Amino acid sequence: MSKIHVTTTVNGDPVEFLADPRETLLDALRDRLGLTGSKEGCGTGDCGACSVLLDGRLVSSCLVLGVEAEGKRVDTIEGLAEADGTLHPLQRKFLEHAALQCGFCTPGILVASKALLAKNPDPTEEEVRYWLAGNLCRCTGYDKIVRAVIDAAAEMRGAA
Amino acid sequence: MAKDEMTREFKLVGTRALRPDGLDKVTGRARYGADFALPGMLWGAVVRSPHAHARIVGIDAAKALALDGVKAVVTRADFPAGLTGSDWDIQENVMAGEVALYDGHAVAAVAATSALIAQEAARLIEVSYDLLPHVTDVDAAMRPDAPAIRPGSADHTVPDGMSPNVVSYIEYGRGDLDAGFAEADIVREQTYKSEATHQGYIEPQACVGQLGADGKGEMWVTTQGQWYVRRDCANVLGLDVAQLRVTPSEIGGGFGGKTTVFMEPLALALSRKAGGKPVKLVMSRAEVLRATGPTASASMDVKIGMKKDGTMTAGRVEFRMQGGAFPGSPVPDALKCAFAPYKLPAVLHIGYDVLANRPKAAAYRAPGAPMAAFAVESLVDEMARELGLDPLELRQKNAVEEGDQSSYGPKFRKIGLKEVLAAARAHPNLAAPLGPNQGRGIATGYWSNYNGDTAVSMAVAEDGTVQVSVGTPDIGGSRASIGLMVAEYLGIPYESVRVNVVETGALAINEPTHGSRATFANGKAAVAACDQAIKEMCRRAAADWGIDAEAVEWIDGAAQPAGPNAGKFPPMSLAEIAGRMSDSGGPIAGHFEGIPRGVGASFGTHVVDVEVDPETGRTTILRYLVVQDAGRAIQPAYVEGQYQGGAAQGIGWALNEGYVYGADGRLQNATFLDYRIPVASDLPMIDTVIVEVPNPGHPFGVRGVGETGIAPPLPAVANAVAAATGVRLRELPMSPPKVLEAIRGRRDG
Ligand code: FES
Ligand code: FES
Repeated sequence: MSKIHVTTTVNGDPVEFLADPRETLLDALRDRLGLTGSKEGCGTGDCGACSVLLDGRLVSSCLVLGVEAEGKRVDTIEGLAEADGTLHPLQRKFLEHAALQCGFCTPGILVASKALLAKNPDPTEEEVRYWLAGNLCRCTGYDKIVRAVIDAAAEMRGAA
Repeated sequence: MAKDEMTREFKLVGTRALRPDGLDKVTGRARYGADFALPGMLWGAVVRSPHAHARIVGIDAAKALALDGVKAVVTRADFPAGLTGSDWDIQENVMAGEVALYDGHAVAAVAATSALIAQEAARLIEVSYDLLPHVTDVDAAMRPDAPAIRPGSADHTVPDGMSPNVVSYIEYGRGDLDAGFAEADIVREQTYKSEATHQGYIEPQACVGQLGADGKGEMWVTTQGQWYVRRDCANVLGLDVAQLRVTPSEIGGGFGGKTTVFMEPLALALSRKAGGKPVKLVMSRAEVLRATGPTASASMDVKIGMKKDGTMTAGRVEFRMQGGAFPGSPVPDALKCAFAPYKLPAVLHIGYDVLANRPKAAAYRAPGAPMAAFAVESLVDEMARELGLDPLELRQKNAVEEGDQSSYGPKFRKIGLKEVLAAARAHPNLAAPLGPNQGRGIATGYWSNYNGDTAVSMAVAEDGTVQVSVGTPDIGGSRASIGLMVAEYLGIPYESVRVNVVETGALAINEPTHGSRATFANGKAAVAACDQAIKEMCRRAAADWGIDAEAVEWIDGAAQPAGPNAGKFPPMSLAEIAGRMSDSGGPIAGHFEGIPRGVGASFGTHVVDVEVDPETGRTTILRYLVVQDAGRAIQPAYVEGQYQGGAAQGIGWALNEGYVYGADGRLQNATFLDYRIPVASDLPMIDTVIVEVPNPGHPFGVRGVGETGIAPPLPAVANAVAAATGVRLRELPMSPPKVLEAIRGRRDG
C-alpha cells in the first residue's frame, strides 16, 4: 500500500513522516519518529498506555490513525518535562510518592493526569479515580498514583 | 556483619530513597521490550490455532512466501526433534507439532520487512486441521470418558484407573486424621472453584532475536530472567547455551508470567532462516491472553474439624488443578500453603495435576497460594460464623509460631504470624461501623519465599563510587533496595552506588526475579561480595601503614586501625583507597556465586469491608487493609507498593477476572475490555501495615514481600460478601450476576 506524507507538530517540533494508511498514530510515534515513550498495552483502546494529547485532547493513540495527525499538534510523554529537563510537578510527585513500579503505565498516566489538571486543577480523589479509569496499572493498586496526582495538583495551584 | 545487626539503627536501610531508574521512567526514556530496534531488522508474526484441539493436517505457506518483503516462514519442522521432559513441553508449547492443543497455540511464524507485511503474510498461511474433541474444565477433564489430551504423559505417581488427563498425583500428611475429626465438635466439608486468571502485566511479551548460521545468537527481551530465556531458547533450538547472549530490557510487569519463553525461540528460528537478520516479535494483547501462561483453574474440597472454642483438630484438602495442556499446574505449592497458618495435629493433602485444552500455565505471584487460601480461609470463616467466634481471634488461637511443625513438614523458624494478627486487630479499620448491605471479611495468606541460583558482583570505581551487577530484572524497585543495602554495608552514600541489571555474558547463572527473591537473595549475595572487597581494601590500607591486615577493620566507609595496639593512623576512606588502587595492587572487586541460605517465610492478614448492591449484585470495596510481615522493609514505599498491588490483583481475581471458554473451546474474553482487571475507580486507598519480624537468615532481616499479598484477598472478599449478603459464594469470580443469583436464591429459598 502506498504511503502518505504527514506533516504535524510533536511536542512543539515540526515533524514529517510517511505513514501507511493502516498504521496508527502510536505506530507512527514509536516506529517512524522513534518516540517510544508512548506504550502499547492493548491496541484496542482499553488500557491507556498509549495516551497522548491531540490538539490538547486526551486520546488513545492506538485508536487514531497516523495520517489523522496531519496539521495537528501531538503532545507525548517526551514533551512533559521542560526543554532543559526540569520535571513537570506530576513527574516529580510520581517519583516522590513511588507511584510507579514497573513504570509501563506511567507515561500514559502522566499524560492523562496532565489533561485532567488542565481541566480541573483541584480534583477530588473520586474525580482522579474516574478520570484515570481508562488507564490500567497492574502493579500499584493505584493508591500512590492517586496520591501523587492530588499532591501535584496542590503544588501547581500553590505555584500559580 | 556484627552480631547486633538485627537490632541496630540503620542510616539508609528503611528510608524512602528515590529509585535510580525513576527519571527514565517518568520521562518515557526507559526502554522496554518493544522499544528496542536494530538496523536491518525484520518483523515477525505468528499463526495461531483457532481450535481448542485439532490435528494439523497441513501447512501451506506458498502464498505468504510469494508476498514481497517476506523473508522466512518457520514451522515445527525447523526445530530439532528428540527433546524430552520439560524441554519437549516448552518446545511443543512454543510451536505445535502434530496437534494444536489449545485456542491460540502457535503453528507457524513469518518474518518480513515490516510488521504489516508480516501480519498479512500470516493471514496467507493456510493451515488445515482435523478437529479433535476438547475439554477445558478441570473436573470434566478428570472424568473417565474425557477426551485424552496427551495419552501416556502421566508420571509414576498416578494410581491406576484415573483419567489419562491426570498427569501427577500428590498425597501426604501427618497425624491421625480420623482421631482428629472424631475429637472435633463440628466437622464441615465444602467444595470451592476458582477460574483461571492472567497475570495481566500491561507490557505484552516482546523481543528482538538474532541467530547466525554459526549457532551464535543474541536476544533483547522483556523477561524476569535472562538466563532462563537463554537456557530455554537454546534447548528448544538445539543451540549451545553459552553461545546465546540475552540482554533484558526494562520490564513492564511480569508477576511470574515472564519467567519462561513463549515466542522468543520463534524470533531466533526466523532470524536463522532469514540469513541471520534480527527479527522483532511483539505480542498483541489477544496473543498474551490466549497463548501466554495464565494460572490454573482449580476445584477444591476442604474438610476441617473444630472444637466449640475454635481449636482446629484436623484438616484435609483435595485440590484438582489444570495448568493447560502440559504438566505443571501449581498444585504442589497450593497444598503447601493450604494449612500453613494453622497448628494442626492431623492433616492430609491430596493433589491432582490435570491436563486440559488451555494454554500452558506459567507462574503467577505465589503460584497456587491464592486458590488454596480461598478454599481454606472461606471454610474457616464459615465455621467461625457457625460457632459465633470472632474470625481474627480464631486465627490467633490456631496460629503457628517459631518451632511449630508446619502443616507440610518442616518446623517453622522465626515467623511473624502472631505479630501480624495482633497488628491487624489493633488497626482502626476494625472499628469502622458498617451499614446495611455491608460486610467485613478477614483472611490470612502464606508464602514460603525463595532463594535460588544467585550471582552478584561489585566493583570499586576510581573515584570511590561502586557498581553492583545483578542478574534479576528490576520490576518494582529492587535496584533501589539493593543499592541501599550495599551503601549501608560499605558505609558510603546511596548516591555513590549504581546497581545494574546485566546481560547473561556478565555473570554466572541467575534465576529470575521470582519467588520474592530479588531483595533477599541479592542483598545477601551483595553483602558477601562487599565483604571480599572490604577485606582487600583493609589489606591495601594495612600495606600502606605497614601493619598487619588483621589489625585493620572497616568502620563507616573507611579502613581503620583495630584498637590502640594496631598503631595510630587516620581512617583511610573508600575513595582514598580507590584513588590509589592501580598503584597498590590493581582492581578491587568482590563477587558471590551460590544459593543464599536462610529464606524467611512470610504471613499476611487482610481485612476488607464491602458493600453489595442487592439490586445488581455489584460489590464495592469500601476499605482495605493489608498487614504483612516483611522481615525488614529496606525501602518501605516499595514494600507498601507490593502489598497494595498484590491486594488489587487479588480483588480482581475475587470479583471480576476469569477465563471464559465457549462450548467450542475458544477463549471468549481475550481483550482488556472483556478480561477486566481493576481500574482506579474500582478501588479505595489500600491501607498497609508493615510488620517487621526480622529474618535471622538475612544480614538485614529481609524475608521477601512480593507474593504473600495476593493470597488473602480472594477469601477476604468472599468472607466480606458472605457477611454483607448472608449468602456464601464458593466459586470465583464473584461477578455481579453470580452474586445476584445467590441473593435471589436466598430470598426465594
Ligand atoms: S494501547 Fe492504546 S489503549 Fe491500550
Ligand atoms: S507500574 Fe506497572 S503497570 Fe503501572
